[in-house]
Amino acid sequence: MQFFKRHNNVLPGFGPTLGFTVFYLSLIVLIPLSALVFRTMGLTWGEFLATVTAPRVMASYKVTFGAAIIAAVINAVFGVLVAWVLVRYRFPGRRFIDALVDLPFALPTAVAGITLATIYSPNGWVGRYLEPLGIKVAFTPLGIVLAMTFIGLPFVVRTVQPVVEEIEVELEEAATCLGANRWQTLKLVIFPMLLPSILTGFALSFARAVGEYGSLIFIAGNMPMVSEITPLLIITKLEQFDYQGATAIACVMLLASFSMLLIINLLQKWSRRYAE
Amino acid sequence: MSALNKKNSSNRSQTEPAFVRWLLIAIAMSFLTLFLALPLAAVFGQAFEKGLTVYLDAIREPDTLSSIKLTLITAAVTVPLNLFFGVTAAWAIAKFSFPGKNLLITLIDLPFSVSPVISGFIYVLIFGLQGWLGPWLQEHDIKIVFAVPGIILATLFVTFPFVARELIPLMEAQGKEEEEAALVLGATGLQTFFLVTLPNVKWGIIYGVILCNARAMGEFGAVSVVSGHIRGMTNTVPLHVEILYNEYNYSAAFAVASLLAFLALITLAVKSVAEWKVRQQFENN
Repeated sequence: MQFFKRHNNVLPGFGPTLGFTVFYLSLIVLIPLSALVFRTMGLTWGEFLATVTAPRVMASYKVTFGAAIIAAVINAVFGVLVAWVLVRYRFPGRRFIDALVDLPFALPTAVAGITLATIYSPNGWVGRYLEPLGIKVAFTPLGIVLAMTFIGLPFVVRTVQPVVEEIEVELEEAATCLGANRWQTLKLVIFPMLLPSILTGFALSFARAVGEYGSLIFIAGNMPMVSEITPLLIITKLEQFDYQGATAIACVMLLASFSMLLIINLLQKWSRRYAE
Repeated sequence: MSALNKKNSSNRSQTEPAFVRWLLIAIAMSFLTLFLALPLAAVFGQAFEKGLTVYLDAIREPDTLSSIKLTLITAAVTVPLNLFFGVTAAWAIAKFSFPGKNLLITLIDLPFSVSPVISGFIYVLIFGLQGWLGPWLQEHDIKIVFAVPGIILATLFVTFPFVARELIPLMEAQGKEEEEAALVLGATGLQTFFLVTLPNVKWGIIYGVILCNARAMGEFGAVSVVSGHIRGMTNTVPLHVEILYNEYNYSAAFAVASLLAFLALITLAVKSVAEWKVRQQFENN
């Protein structure tokens, strides 16, 4: 058997397809990304550190990561609720709403940005009712949270939904037979099963929000130190021809995304093991 | 499984009391209305606020038309390239086993986790005036950044994983027995692919392509960095929306934006159908 191992696949085309895959991946993704890393290496450690820890840059991390965490928490709470409602309950318009959940994936970010900014501006559809209450959304950090919630909304729903579909009714029946009330069943049986997928959705939503640009710049107000997001800061540096500054900050952002990618992969492994 | 669910949903101990159910439905729907339905309605509401004539004029304006043309060109180049890549990658990954397969899948997904701003920026670092190839390109009078090729490259990057990540699990699930049977019966490799594999993954391809296209036509951040915002020259539709909006020309901005929102609705409709077909196929297997 061992001898035939290399030849036990009769399908043709392995060499050319894998070759093209690696070539195209290198050309479009890997080489351009490595350009960023190499350019950062052109900076001394001191220069790099001074750039990425400047007060304005630090403030932008705080705004970006802080708002992304709040948005991901909102999405985790409501995403679980929406997934549960869509799978377990029957009500008119359910299929339409199920399809609508993916709107933030399909709607271009610039369109989302100008729309949210308009709705929540002081005389917009929603903003005019918040204004008398003293709540300002557009052009404040609150607007950033709002737009990040919009773009991250599908992630938790779409990771939790299939897991809810797979829950076996027998488990709930067993819990009931053993004397658990509905709330105990939800808390002690169902929630632990959903937890890995909730965390995966949370991480995906957070990662997306951290890198987001298009939907945020219209609603953020973009005030340095207050409502300036890190991706915008990269563009600002670029427009001032400060390539070194832009490169250093971009490298920090890239490291952040890679760490998130690693965490997401581990979470997905965990949830898969749970499913088996 | 779903039949069981339905039967049991009438069982009182297996579901929440009716008022809790309706309360949860009400909360979920209010959340979705506020975050999804309202913005969607607002795009069209703002677009038609000043009447159909203003709407049509905004779309017929030459700068808008040239931005539509550029967006169509970009999608027409990037979608077929990434489709070809997605199909070849899925063939290699789903039908064969080799070391480093998981790493390869992770690397293919990489562009999804990179900020759009960085996706554009890396091409500026390579092809820009201060970039690696910048001086050489200038000598030979080739413009990539702040021109159409840059826009296409950045779009290729951000839409890179769509087709591949949809096809890989689908083709893995379908195994290779059917292909092996075709080959044994004397079909050539290409015949096997076009007559056996392709019909099986048709809806998966449609799903990947429609999402790839939506992103290609709607990408803002990455394209914004490499475009240079030259009106009538290097403005795609999303960039044109930004310009109109920043000029306080709100009705025109929303009129053009409504085209993209309309595209998003078509995308969602096709996606739902494709998803349903793929699911059916999975269940039949």
